[in-house]
Amino acid sequence: MIALVIFLMFVGATLGITWWASRRSRGTTAYFAANRQITAWQNGFAVAGDYMSAASFLGIAGIIAFQGYDGFMYSVGWLVAYLTVLLIVAEPLRNAGKYTMADVLAYRLSPRPVRAMASLSTLVVSTFYMIAQMVGAGALVAILLKGVSYNVAVTGVGILMVIYVVFGGMLATTWVQITKAILLMGGTILLSILVLAHFGFSFTSFFNAVGNVTYTEGGRTVVQDFMKPGLRFKPPYGALDLISLGMALIFGTAGLPHILVRFYTVPDAKTARISVVWAMGLIGAFYIMTTFLGFGAATIVGRDVIAVNGGTNMSAPLLAKQLGGEIFFGFISAIAFATILAVVAGLTISASTSFAHDFFTNVIHHGKEKKPGEEVRVARIAAFVVGAVAISIAILLGPTANVAFLVALAFAVAASANLPVIVLSLFWRRFNTSGAVAGLATGLAASLTLILVSPSIMGANRALFPLENPGIVSIPVGFLGAIVATLLTREPSAEQKFDELRVRAQTGLGAER
Amino acid sequence: MTTPKPKLHGNVWQEVASSAEFKELQRAKLRIVVPATLFFIIYYFALPILVGYAPSIMERKVFGYVNLAYVFALSQFFVAWAIAAIYLRAATRFDAMSKAIINKVEQR
Repeated sequence: MIALVIFLMFVGATLGITWWASRRSRGTTAYFAANRQITAWQNGFAVAGDYMSAASFLGIAGIIAFQGYDGFMYSVGWLVAYLTVLLIVAEPLRNAGKYTMADVLAYRLSPRPVRAMASLSTLVVSTFYMIAQMVGAGALVAILLKGVSYNVAVTGVGILMVIYVVFGGMLATTWVQITKAILLMGGTILLSILVLAHFGFSFTSFFNAVGNVTYTEGGRTVVQDFMKPGLRFKPPYGALDLISLGMALIFGTAGLPHILVRFYTVPDAKTARISVVWAMGLIGAFYIMTTFLGFGAATIVGRDVIAVNGGTNMSAPLLAKQLGGEIFFGFISAIAFATILAVVAGLTISASTSFAHDFFTNVIHHGKEKKPGEEVRVARIAAFVVGAVAISIAILLGPTANVAFLVALAFAVAASANLPVIVLSLFWRRFNTSGAVAGLATGLAASLTLILVSPSIMGANRALFPLENPGIVSIPVGFLGAIVATLLTREPSAEQKFDELRVRAQTGLGAER
Repeated sequence: MTTPKPKLHGNVWQEVASSAEFKELQRAKLRIVVPATLFFIIYYFALPILVGYAPSIMERKVFGYVNLAYVFALSQFFVAWAIAAIYLRAATRFDAMSKAIINKVEQR
């Protein structure tokens, strides 16, 4: 009940934001890039709100609560990944592009094939990621709000994200993400303080409890040191899987289209850079606190209780219930739901922008709008279609579908297909259209194939590829595809235009304002 | 809203690309970005490699139940923030150099 009230307040506030934003979103740059008027701290909060998904808040807390230290390894990778964004991608992208990741690739390469492939890769990454979020949201709501069915929840999430994006564009999406980031940080800080208070603010007694987590397994009581690595990533392939996961996170984050488009909403590269640092502060603080969320759930609530009350994903909400009662449970549950909404809104706008700007205007209409305002209209229709498709697939899969592999897939595709071509196009003069198309295609194909034959899909015993995370193989394959195809062909025009791209990307001369 | 762009036709880009100022900017950036990137990649991947292949070392207790694996993982956050801070400081110099290059082009 309380969860419902808090959740409805969030929905009311976000619809208010959307109404306010819709009155300001006139024109193409306003719709796709919030007029490039977002400030550094605002974009930092929005990046954090765009990035910290239900997988972070509920998933990580759950993995740490059940498998201890190994879950914290995810937390580390999710922050360190932002150094790739900060040092290599954010500023050149802001200087050289306009609305999408493909703008940078199309700058000196043949625009139509490159944009078509980049748009395909964007749609694959965004849709898969979105379906994972929606299945999670539906299953969560069914547990949190008694009486709301899975199908209703999924449809509700889908309708809301489409409303934000269709009516409020990037400006509404940005402020929904900022609101969510503030709520998520607030809730996490409160929860962490309550966990520490439970241990009398003594780190010694907190870590003593973590070192002696008690639960039952196979009818026996087990006492386990949860600080010990290796409870999740076990031999023979655990170590390799861990490295492969790290590669997908470190190189994938800088290739996630919904994160990259955020840097077009700020006035210049300097603001983009400062906004990444803001985001790193928030994201880092949040992931450090997963220590208290996850270990707190393991020690205060316990695996046995969580297992029969909704499973791993309910660790953080159940911890809130134990420490703060029904009201706090409702608050944390509503935050979890707000988290999902903000992330799917970001995914929807990046997917629909890529379809309208890359595919419709530049591939089909050869780079010219036939009527003014056409690109925005197409994006709005695309957002609607993306929403409908995501709702349908999420309902078809059902609440019990194992969707964790979809997130792994999204990061693997971003790291194996998108990142290699972005980096090579910015820094390698010789790079050309064949290389970009081949790099995107091989990265995409390698990640998809390896996930299909991985234990996540085929089961641990029959899997043809032993790792759950394909990055360690698919990222080198993506780079190799791009490099080999480049070396087999020559494209003098692309090499000639390299100086222009380089000067623009590095200095901001001629950048979109 | 797009403001009219400065006249950037002709060989402006090539001229800038071969100018001493631009080459100096490139060198200054590479001097920070390359070592910072190499360092964070090595420091980050040392964690899963050590945790995965040398668990006996990483399970050593540092104080109480807090082991080396957790301390190393926690240190990643502070190292990442430190690298970001160093880059942020260095980048104010890049901004000034970029601005000088842009002004020179726009004043022609």
